[in-house]
Amino acid sequence: MTLDASAALEIDPLIDDPATRIIVCCGAGGVGKTTTAAALGVRAAERGRKVVVLTIDPARRLAQSMGIDSLDNTPRRVKGVEGEGELHAMMLDMKRTFDEIVEAHADAERARSILENPFYQSLSAGFAGTQEYMAMEKLGQLRARGEWDLIVVDTPPSRSALDFLDAPKRLGSFLDGKFIKVLVAPAKMGGRAGMKFLNVGMSMMTGTLGKLLGGQLLRDVQTFVAAMDTMFGGFRTRADATYRLLQAPGTAFLVVAAPERDALREAAYFVERLAAEEMPLAGLVLNRVHGSGAARLSAERALAAAENLDEGRIVDQRHGKAGVRDAAAASPESPPVAHTDAVDHTDAIDHTTEQLTSGLLRLHAERMQVLARERRTRDRFTALHPEVAVAQVPALPGDVHDLAGLRAIGDRLATGGPAPAGAS
Amino acid sequence: MSRFQVVSGKGGTGKTTVAAALALALATEGKRTLLVEVEGRQGIAQLFETEALPYEERKIAVSSGGGEVFALAIDAERALLDYLQMFYKLGSAGRALKKLGAIDFATTVAPGVRDVLLTGKACEAVRRKTKQGTFAYDYVVMDAPPTGRITRFLNVNDEVAGLAKFGPIHNQAQAVMRVLKSPETAVHMVTLLEEMPVQETADGVAELRAADLPVGKVIVNMVRPHLLDEEAVRSAAGDRRTDIAKALTTAGVSGAAKLVTPLLEQAADHAQRVELEREQRAALSGLDLPAYELPLLSEGVDLAGLYQLAKELRKQGNGS
Repeated sequence: MTLDASAALEIDPLIDDPATRIIVCCGAGGVGKTTTAAALGVRAAERGRKVVVLTIDPARRLAQSMGIDSLDNTPRRVKGVEGEGELHAMMLDMKRTFDEIVEAHADAERARSILENPFYQSLSAGFAGTQEYMAMEKLGQLRARGEWDLIVVDTPPSRSALDFLDAPKRLGSFLDGKFIKVLVAPAKMGGRAGMKFLNVGMSMMTGTLGKLLGGQLLRDVQTFVAAMDTMFGGFRTRADATYRLLQAPGTAFLVVAAPERDALREAAYFVERLAAEEMPLAGLVLNRVHGSGAARLSAERALAAAENLDEGRIVDQRHGKAGVRDAAAASPESPPVAHTDAVDHTDAIDHTTEQLTSGLLRLHAERMQVLARERRTRDRFTALHPEVAVAQVPALPGDVHDLAGLRAIGDRLATGGPAPAGAS
Repeated sequence: MSRFQVVSGKGGTGKTTVAAALALALATEGKRTLLVEVEGRQGIAQLFETEALPYEERKIAVSSGGGEVFALAIDAERALLDYLQMFYKLGSAGRALKKLGAIDFATTVAPGVRDVLLTGKACEAVRRKTKQGTFAYDYVVMDAPPTGRITRFLNVNDEVAGLAKFGPIHNQAQAVMRVLKSPETAVHMVTLLEEMPVQETADGVAELRAADLPVGKVIVNMVRPHLLDEEAVRSAAGDRRTDIAKALTTAGVSGAAKLVTPLLEQAADHAQRVELEREQRAALSGLDLPAYELPLLSEGVDLAGLYQLAKELRKQGNGS
């Protein structure tokens, strides 16, 4: 660990290390988490590892780029990967995963009564927390199968970025809790005398619940809970096991972000939370970072020059440097916002060189403003968390559609971008 | 204009910002709007640069022309306890339920209850009347869950009404559904002019329509100006490099010769993006929905930027 504010996150040593068995990509929505997970998978496989990528909710095109638009909850080999390694990819089907747990841990008759219960059907179809829990469950299963030497996991787009850490524990504590016992009580208790004093409280409670939920729903819940009763121990054990797996040395968390205020704020939150949970953080992947090959020309000077050119006719007629200087002196007062009428200029078929060059300069000014903003946001993060290694991924102009696109992202991930502009 | 405005969109498209700007835009000339968030992220507080919002409606901004914006971070647990208190006077039983873990169960594990509580609270604010019989809020704007979850989130009451076939939860769920499926509600989708957000918007709109939920507008956020088109870049990259270098020098740029190549590369990126954006605009217009466009604020969104976006929304027809 170093205090150098710009410690670089080295991707290749991480994915090449046979001790790295699980990589978890987490971060706010819309920062390219799934793309990062897929790109890491492709790169690791092409560097010789046997990889499975578990995606949660990939955009259609991204899923297709790995050839997994048929989602059936089992890993599929991705074709077109070069080299010795293998890449498998799957998309989480949370209902199917939940059903499989039920089928694996209950006898056929009990399993059927659970699967047919309306309350179970709603629960498993994906209300709050189920997806997070099932993602962790699936991770545990993939690990237990031992067929892959690297598992790359994408995390669900949670309402709170941390739900996936909390869900297993929450479900576990609920299933162990008193409330369950209250719910199950009427179905199980019969006439046990020793429980009598509790019984009064409970019938009051279930009476209240019945009033609230409607008797039939309460009965569904009770039947469900009674049927699940034997599985609860298993749930708790597995949730704990997965949690420990995440803390183990073979696991590496990557926090994914874009150089935007909200995304990095969420990333900082994540970094703190992972530390508090003693989860091993490998570093921050900063996606879509802009650079410029002409960074030594500042936004201000580019705009000033563009304005000189826009007033070019006058300057030309004067043939004098004085004209240029006048225009340059006037420019700092003009707003740094691009002129909307510039669109009209581009409609003209016959661009004069001055118009073109002015357009190039304005474009450059815009790029430099983006660079400066991204740099400020990133610096704020590194000032708060100097211990976190960062890998910067230069922005692509278009979207990713295929394996080649993922490979390109992987290259950018590993080699990092050009140094952020402005650095001289 | 619908009184309940729900703002959804893919993660990273600026939902919270757009919801806040919309609340400001609607709060004109003495109008009162309530801006609610439901995901416990305190995004509104961060945007308005205030401390974390408590579970109470609190004035956070005054709009030009004297309108007021109130904000509320809806908390499912508090909403449930309120609800129990309001309808069943369950003071102590509520506490007992909490001790047992029932409240935690209801708000985190039980299917849909959390979503029912969140939408229920928002709908209560929509319907609430003052003693004078006028609406307490002229508009309620919700910073809602993202596109992938919005239909299930709004439609959960239908499902719950089906699960609980009678009783107070059933009735409550149906009452909420009546508001959500009426013209009182409009669900807006925020998107960027990029492939994935546009695709998600199209999918989300189709889902909303299939569930009979009223789709409002598409709000295209962070629109960047087009400075050069492809044709211009092509012609520039051709035989005019020397001319461009000369023009740069004339304009007062030193070392112009070395700048031409990187400047043209940036222009090529830009042209490619313009082309992609054209395709995405075409895809969006295929949805047959009214669209608003909000500019990218080059300095990022601060309070001043928020007012600027609100003004932009007003200009395009909202809040008028």
